Amino acid sequence: MSVTVEEQKAANKALIEEVLKAYPEKMAKKRVKHLGTYESGKPDCGVKSNIKSLPGVMTIRGCAYAGSKGVVWGPIKDMVHISHGPVGCGQYSWSSRRNYYIGTTGIDTFVTMQFTSDFQEKDIVFGGDKKLDKIIDEIQALFPLNKGISIQSECPIGLIGDDIEAVSKRKSKELGGHTIVPVRCEGFRGVSQSLGHHLANDAIRDWVFEGKTQKAPEFEATPYDVAIIGDYNIGGDAWSSRILLEEMGLRVIAQWSGDGTIAELENTPKAKLNLLHCYRSMNYISRHMEEKYGIPWVEYNFFGPTQIEKSLREIAAHFDDSIKAKTEAVIAKYKPLMEAVIAKYKPRLAGKKVMLFVGGLRPRHVIGAYEDLGMEVVGTGYEFAHNDDYQRTTHYIKDGTLIYDDVTGYEFEQFVEKVKPDLVGSGIKEKYVFQKMGVPFRQMHSWDYSGPYHGYDGFAIFARDMDMAISSPIWSLTKAPWKAAA
Amino acid sequence: MPQSAEKVLDHELLFREPEYQQIFASKRAQFENKHSDAKVDEVRDWTKTKEYQEKNFAREALTVNPAKACQPLGAVYVANGFHKTLSFVHGSQGCVAYYRSHFSRHFKEPTSCVSSSMTEDAAVFGGLNNMIDGLANSYNLYKPEMIAVSTTCMAEVIGDDLDAFIKNAKQKGSVPADFDVPFAHTPAFVGSHITGYDNAILGVLKHFWDGKSKTAEPLVRVPNDSINFIGGFDGFVVGNMKEIKRIFDLFEIDYTVLCDPSGAWSTPTDGEFRMYQGGTTKAEVERALHAKATIVFQEYCCEKTTKYLHEKGHEVVVLNAPVGVAGTDQLVMALSRLSGKPVPAQLELERGLLVDAMADSQAHLHGKRFALYGDPDQLIGYTQFLLELGAEPVHVLATNGGEDWADKVKALLAASPYGQNGKVYPKRDLWHLRSLLFTDPVDFVIGNTYGKYLERDTGTPLVRLVFPIFDRHHYHRFPTWGYEGGMRVLVTLLDEFFETLDANTNVPSKTDYSFDIIR
Repeated sequence: MSVTVEEQKAANKALIEEVLKAYPEKMAKKRVKHLGTYESGKPDCGVKSNIKSLPGVMTIRGCAYAGSKGVVWGPIKDMVHISHGPVGCGQYSWSSRRNYYIGTTGIDTFVTMQFTSDFQEKDIVFGGDKKLDKIIDEIQALFPLNKGISIQSECPIGLIGDDIEAVSKRKSKELGGHTIVPVRCEGFRGVSQSLGHHLANDAIRDWVFEGKTQKAPEFEATPYDVAIIGDYNIGGDAWSSRILLEEMGLRVIAQWSGDGTIAELENTPKAKLNLLHCYRSMNYISRHMEEKYGIPWVEYNFFGPTQIEKSLREIAAHFDDSIKAKTEAVIAKYKPLMEAVIAKYKPRLAGKKVMLFVGGLRPRHVIGAYEDLGMEVVGTGYEFAHNDDYQRTTHYIKDGTLIYDDVTGYEFEQFVEKVKPDLVGSGIKEKYVFQKMGVPFRQMHSWDYSGPYHGYDGFAIFARDMDMAISSPIWSLTKAPWKAAA
Repeated sequence: MPQSAEKVLDHELLFREPEYQQIFASKRAQFENKHSDAKVDEVRDWTKTKEYQEKNFAREALTVNPAKACQPLGAVYVANGFHKTLSFVHGSQGCVAYYRSHFSRHFKEPTSCVSSSMTEDAAVFGGLNNMIDGLANSYNLYKPEMIAVSTTCMAEVIGDDLDAFIKNAKQKGSVPADFDVPFAHTPAFVGSHITGYDNAILGVLKHFWDGKSKTAEPLVRVPNDSINFIGGFDGFVVGNMKEIKRIFDLFEIDYTVLCDPSGAWSTPTDGEFRMYQGGTTKAEVERALHAKATIVFQEYCCEKTTKYLHEKGHEVVVLNAPVGVAGTDQLVMALSRLSGKPVPAQLELERGLLVDAMADSQAHLHGKRFALYGDPDQLIGYTQFLLELGAEPVHVLATNGGEDWADKVKALLAASPYGQNGKVYPKRDLWHLRSLLFTDPVDFVIGNTYGKYLERDTGTPLVRLVFPIFDRHHYHRFPTWGYEGGMRVLVTLLDEFFETLDANTNVPSKTDYSFDIIR
C-alpha cells in the first residue's frame, strides 16, 4: 500500500494540525512555525529555527554550558576544564558524552573528570573570583602536567558579576603564560546548546589563537596538512575518520576536539585545508581561520559508503593527483567490505522507515547511511539548528519528509504514534518512551554506547546496530499472547 | 583491514588493531606535544604518595570528582513520587535536560520533567512570564493532576518568588485556581540533591496540610492509627518500595508512603508509554496528616521535613537507612512498637534466613577492608551492615555529609571491634579517596559507577551499591532494604569477592592451585 508524495504531505499537514490542538492557541501559533513538510525544490525545510523554546513544553534541548563544556571544550584532553558554579552541571555531564581519548587520566589527561568550584551560598553573595583564583593554584599544585585550564561558566557567574576574564589574565601571567581560557557559556544565554558552541569557538579564537599564552612548538608544515574539525570522537569516530584521511595521503595535524590537545588547536592555523564534520558547532572557527589565515574549509560526511566516497573525492579535489589516486585506492580497498556489509544487512532492513531527532549534523548526515541500507528517513528534526542547517538538509531529504524543529516531548510522541516508524533515532531522554511503545530505538548522540559510526569501519557497526535494534526478537513479545489474540 | 561484515569489531577491539595503534602513536609523536612517558610515570607515582595526599587534603577551593548532585535533582525525584504529578523546574532549561538524562541513565526508564526555559530576558526581568506560559503549556499538553515546581540556581540568584509567581499565573488562568501547584525553592548552591529532596517533599506536605498557600483552609489533624513512611532519595527505590510495602502489609498496618516514584520508574514495555504511573495520591497526602507517626528512613534527606512533622504532632521515627540484620530489626521493631502488633512470623523467618546466609558466607567477608562513599544515611546503613558481617569499614566518605553525620559514623565505628581502623571523611570527594586508597589500601570500594575510575587507578574492586549506576543494568529493581534487601546486598558483596578471587587465581600453572571449584 504505497502512499503518493501528495498524500504524504496531506497526511503530515493533518497530523501537525491535530497535534497543535493540544496547545493553548497563542502557543500553537508559535509552534506551527517549527513543524512542516519538506517541499522539494525549496531552499530550506520550511520551518523556523534557533528560537527560544516555549516554557513548560518539555523541550529536548540543553544549554550554552552543555554546548561549550559538554561539546567543544570538554574533549580537549590535556586541559583541565572547570565547571564554574554549583556542582550539578559538571556532575550530570561527567563522562556522559563518550569522547574517547588516549592518555593517563588524572595525570596528563583530564576528560573524564569532574572539576567543579562547587559554589556555596557565600560564593553567590560575595562573588567567586577569589575562589577561582585559588582553584587555579590548586589545579597547578595537584595536576602539574595540565597544559591549560578552561573556565566553563554556569548560570550564576554572569548573574553575580564575576570577572573571570580578569582572573584568567592575571593567573596566566602569574603562571608564566599558562593557557587559561574563560568561557561565558552560562546556561541562560541563547536558546540552546548552539550559542555555547559559538562562545566556545570565539574563546578559542580570542584566548588560544590570539591569546598571549605560551604556545606549543610549531611543526614543519607539509602540503598535505589537514585538520579534522567538529568531530568529538564519540566511540572513536574521529579515529575511524582519521585512518581514511591518512590512507589517502593526508596528514591530520589536529582533531577538534575529540582526543584533541591544546597543541593541536594552536597549530591548526598551519593547515592547508580544514575538514568540517559538525558544521553547526564549529563553522565559526572554520570561517575565522579562513578569513584570518586563508585556510579553506570543506564540509564532509563520513556516514555510510555513498557519502564517504563522495566526501573523500571532494576532499581529494583540493590536493594533487597523487592524493586523488590514493583516494581512489582507498575507496576501492574498502569497497568489498562495504558490499559485504550491505549484502548482509540490506535484505533485513530494506524499506524500513526511520524518524530522527538529534542535534548538530546528524539529522541530515546519517540519512545517507540509512539509505545505503535501503532504509527511508520519513521524519527528521534538529534540537538546535539554524536556518543554514535546514538549507543543508535539503540535499539529503526526500519530498514530503516530516520536519520538526525543537520538537517537544508531546509532539514527538504523537508523531511517532501516528507515523509508526520502524526505528527512532534520538537521545537518552527519548529512548525509553519509544521502547515502551514497542518502537525500536537507537541513541544517535552516544551511539547507544556503541560506535564508532564514522568511516568505513564505523559503517559496519552502524549497520549491525540498526539491524539488531529492528530485528530484535524482543519486539514480538510486547503484546501478551492472550491479548494479541484478541 | 581489521573490520569485517562477518564479525563486526566493536570499539573495544577495533582500536587495538595495529592500523589504529599506529595512528595513535604517530598522532602522539607528531602533534600532541605530550609530556614524556617518564614524566607521566613520575607524576603518577607521586600522586600515590603521602606527600601528595597531604597536598590533596589541603585543598580549600577545588572539588574533583564529587559524590553529590544539586538540589533540583532531588526535587525532580520527589515530584516523580506523586500521582500524576508533573515536575516543573523554574529556571534554565539545560538543567532539566541534565536531570532527565541522569535519571534515565540510571533507571533505564523515561523521566518526564519540564522547564520554564528562562533565558537572558528573564535574567533581566525575572521569570514571571515563563511561569505563566510554562504552567499553561504543561497543564494543556501533559494533563497532570498536580504540578510540582522547583528552581534552578538561575531563578534563585535573580530571586524569583515562586509563591507570588504561581498565584499570578493562576490569576492569568494558566491553570485553574484550585489546581495544585506545590513548590519548593531548591538553590543548587546550598546542600545537595538530598537537600532538594527535603525541600521538595516539605513543599508538598505544606501545600496540602497548611491550606494551599492561603487559598484553602489548613487541614486539622485528627490523629488516627496509620503510619507514614518517607524513604528519602534512593537509587534502589523500585526494589525498595516494593519491599517496604510488603513489610507494612505483613504487619497489616494502615500506612501511607509519602513520595513513591517506584511506579514512574518501573513501567512495562507493552506498547504504551505511561507518563504517569503510581505515586502517592493527593488524597493520601492529605490523609497522612492524621497519621500517628511518620518513619523517616533517611534522616539527612529530611531534616526540615522531620522538624515540620514534629510540629504537626507526629511521632517521628528517624532512621539512617538501616540495612542488614540489626538495621532492619530497628525498622521492624519500630513498626511493631508503633502499631502495637507483634513482628509477623514471615519477617522473623526472613531474618533467620538472612542470618543463615551470613553465617554461611561470613568467613569470606570477615576482616575484609572496605572504603565506602555515597549519601550520608546510606553510608551509615552500609557501615552498620559491614560491621555485623565482621568486615572493616576503613574509609567512609560523603561529599554531602557534615560533621554531625561524621560523628554518627564515628560512634558506630567506635562501638565495634571491626570499626577500630575506620576513619570518616565528611565533605570530601573521590580525588581525596583516590589518595586514601593508595596510602591506606583496602580490599573493596563500595560506591557508584564513578568508582570504576578508582578501581582502574588503584586496582581496588568496586561494588556498585550507590546511585548513580549507569554501567550495570537493573540493580535498582532489587531491594537493598529489609531482610530481603540485606540478602541482596550480601550477595552483591560476595559476588565481587568471589569474582576478584577467581580473577586473582586464574593463571595456569602460576596461581591456579587456588582456582577452587568449591568456595
